[in-house]
Amino acid sequence: MTTSPTTTPAPDGTHPVLHATGVTMRFGGLTAVRSVDLAVHPREIVGLIGPNGAGKTTFFNCLTGLYTPTEGTVTYRDTVLPPKPHLVTQAGIARTFQNIRLFANMTVLENVLVGRHTRTKEGLFSALLRGPGFKKAERESTRRAMELLDFTGLADKADHLSRNLPYGEQRKLEIARALASDPGLLLLDEPTAGMNPQETRATEALVRAIRDQGIAVLVIEHDMRFIFNLCDRVAVLVQGEKLTEGTSDAVQADERVIAAYLGTPFEGAPGQEELAEVEAAEAQADARADLTEDTP
Amino acid sequence: MTAKNTTPDSPSRDATSLIPLPTNIARITTITGAALTILSTFLAWTWTTAFPGNLTVTGYPGGLQTITLTGGILTLLHALTTYRPRGLRWLTPAGTTAPTLLLALGTLATTWYTLGAISNQLGGLANLEPGGHIAALATLLTLAGALALPADRPYDDHGGTTPPTLWNRFRHTLTTNRPPRPKELPTWAEILIIAAAFATGLYAFTYGIDTEYGELFVGYLILACFTIAALGRAGLTTRLSHLTAKHRNIALAAAFTAAACFPLTQTNDTYTNLAASILIFATVALGLNVVVGLAGLLDLGYVAFLGVGAYAAALVSGSPESALGVHFPFWAAVLTGIGASLVFGVLIGAPTLRLRGDYLAIVTLGFGEIFRITMLNLNGTTGPDVTNGSMGIPNIPDLEILGFKFGKTHDILGVPIGRFGNYYLLMLLATAVVVLVFRRAAESRIGRAWVAIREDETAATAMGINAFRLKLLAFALGAALAGLAGTVQAHVITTTTPDSYQFAGTVPPNSAFLLAAVILGGMGTISGPVIGAALLYLIPNKMEFMQDYQLLLFGLALVLLMRFRPEGMVADRRKQLEFHETDQLAVPEPRLPEGAVGVTKAEA
Ligand SMILES: Nc1ncnc2c1ncn2[C@@H]1O[C@H](COP(=O)(O)OP(=O)(O)O)[C@@H](O)[C@H]1O
Ligand SMILES: [Mg+2]
Repeated sequence: MTTSPTTTPAPDGTHPVLHATGVTMRFGGLTAVRSVDLAVHPREIVGLIGPNGAGKTTFFNCLTGLYTPTEGTVTYRDTVLPPKPHLVTQAGIARTFQNIRLFANMTVLENVLVGRHTRTKEGLFSALLRGPGFKKAERESTRRAMELLDFTGLADKADHLSRNLPYGEQRKLEIARALASDPGLLLLDEPTAGMNPQETRATEALVRAIRDQGIAVLVIEHDMRFIFNLCDRVAVLVQGEKLTEGTSDAVQADERVIAAYLGTPFEGAPGQEELAEVEAAEAQADARADLTEDTP
Repeated sequence: MTAKNTTPDSPSRDATSLIPLPTNIARITTITGAALTILSTFLAWTWTTAFPGNLTVTGYPGGLQTITLTGGILTLLHALTTYRPRGLRWLTPAGTTAPTLLLALGTLATTWYTLGAISNQLGGLANLEPGGHIAALATLLTLAGALALPADRPYDDHGGTTPPTLWNRFRHTLTTNRPPRPKELPTWAEILIIAAAFATGLYAFTYGIDTEYGELFVGYLILACFTIAALGRAGLTTRLSHLTAKHRNIALAAAFTAAACFPLTQTNDTYTNLAASILIFATVALGLNVVVGLAGLLDLGYVAFLGVGAYAAALVSGSPESALGVHFPFWAAVLTGIGASLVFGVLIGAPTLRLRGDYLAIVTLGFGEIFRITMLNLNGTTGPDVTNGSMGIPNIPDLEILGFKFGKTHDILGVPIGRFGNYYLLMLLATAVVVLVFRRAAESRIGRAWVAIREDETAATAMGINAFRLKLLAFALGAALAGLAGTVQAHVITTTTPDSYQFAGTVPPNSAFLLAAVILGGMGTISGPVIGAALLYLIPNKMEFMQDYQLLLFGLALVLLMRFRPEGMVADRRKQLEFHETDQLAVPEPRLPEGAVGVTKAEA
């Protein structure tokens, strides 16, 4: 079991926004995430990379309460997060999904308005009575949502059904929807998957703009140019364990990282004995492809 | 293999009409056929009045002949629009052939049904008079003419995927273009159109309710279905829904005014009774729509909440058989009914709403039955004496609100409004409340959260929505609305018995019919469940002569509708949005170059 989380101050003395200690996630016999520690500091963009099946998405799900970690704790601004997704969002962590999970039959604007849910209070009676307070809150929510759509460049599509958006714009909408909850930390799971190079560059600029608003970002990505351009720090996850963590340059130069991506065995590789096990599980997971991604 | 190879000798322009005739001849044939159809309804179709509706008179139409007459007139009108005359163009903004063909089909179907019913009932074709033969041939002629009309848009074989077989071409002929944007009209004109549309709707609906024998209702229903389809193809439905969307409150007010006028069209209580029952059923369906349509929770035991409301109201109604023996004023009884249903809803919801999908459906089905069986057992022998068991609580007295006695006949605008008329109007008030609650809840933060849960519960929780609490809220609100309807229902039916609240049965309201009304009508809409409920109540009620086949036909209708119109009769606002969007997409948008798809990096 883990000890109570010790918040290590960043080099400049600030406390981390996110602090995960000893997060472990086991599915039956398979350990998808093994004792991972990670801290994200204010105004930081941290990258999380690793081969497919390394446990990156699972780690995200542990952070956001979609999974209850088998072991370990997650703290956000010095408070321990309960493993309930809506409480995590309320605390200030928002996320996007690797396989886009928009509300397909709602409009673009409505999707973002749903993102405002935790930051508004109006209950059923207020909705039924339609007092001035309700109208003001609705106006304010809509204003904020339109602002975010402007920010992500989707304002002219506010009335479209989200399922009719092109793929790249759906990913942007997921980001806008996540930002609507006024998060202090944004988790992006492969935000450029399926995008063309121009769209990827645009997303890069978007993430940077988000950081400039004072929101810390933790991003999973396979596009190395994207990661090394953008991130202040990069953590590498291999077979559920954190292999290394450091600046872009340090990680780029690390032989073990290259080996992990190219698949060459190396000395002291974590979890060698589980490799066969993981592969077997993956073969199984492939058979149920879409089920295993994000669904708890 | 492409379609062209299979029919090499058919010239391509042939693909636009099913019967190769010059357009002019086709039009004249259709018009002649329709005119002859109209004429035939003034002749005698049979020799004896043994068939209901008196079809023996030469000189004016009677009974089912008036249906054929209506069909003939509508077909004639649409056939004339194929010339695009100035005064009639508004009738068919989207296209002329498809509506004409549909109306010709509808007239043919209802006429041949009538002739079939006559021969069947009287024992043989010999019972048809020459007028009947003329009607049969005239409708055939009209159909032949309509089939020869050129299709509204050129045949598109979708790159060979739909070869021009007869069936494909027939289906193609039934499609039209999107109606062009209408001319801007002054607001008063638009409101007048809405009012006229609702008045026509009220008239047509009243005619359906007032049909005195099953055959007339079937004939009416056949023609009504084809006419509605024709109006849709002509583009009128789209236009009207644009208008009602623009003036929503006025449209709602018009709908309620039309509904409130219904008792004024009736001379006695026979059909207001029916209408009051329809209204109760429709209101409960709307309540269920909160649960199923908005929050996406499949509740198979919903009728139990109606039962709770009705039993609660019955217990405090002052009925001599009530175990409580108290007599609350109506407002207190309503609060009791709503409160009891609410508590029951929360009690059932709290343990079950942690389940998803099918599991929830099964558990709610179980709880629905538990309610009924509990009511059966609280009879004094197998349990405490509360509900009189299977005897139910009888003799629920009529309401009296502010001195207005619901049991008595009152004169409104010179028209006597009887007991059921009074309750109908009270129920209409309850319906208005439910409609208002539904609309306001749906268009709020809470409603959006419900729809989000319906769309993707995991994503919804990740957006900060407490899914369990909101599902419980939907469940409780749905239960409260059903409870409200139940309190009125108890007084209308005067006896509450456990068996009126079961999962399935041949008479609505029961859970299965309620769900069917919501799904057939259109989930998440207001008019959908109301229309669905009206049809599901009327059809079994009017077609008693088909008692044995009722559920079979019901099942068949469900299958067909779900096959051809899965979104239900009334499409959700979001479906309309789709049309709206395609309009927008016609304008080229500045987008990144297509084809530059990029490498798919997602492993899924
Ligand atoms: N709900 C689950 N049940 C069982 N195994 C799971 C589940 N979710 C993920 N896994 C497994 O955990 C491993 C890590 O998956 P994932 O986190 O999606 O990898 P990544 O996102 O790094 O590609 C995979 O082997 C996957 O099959
Ligand atoms: Mg992943």
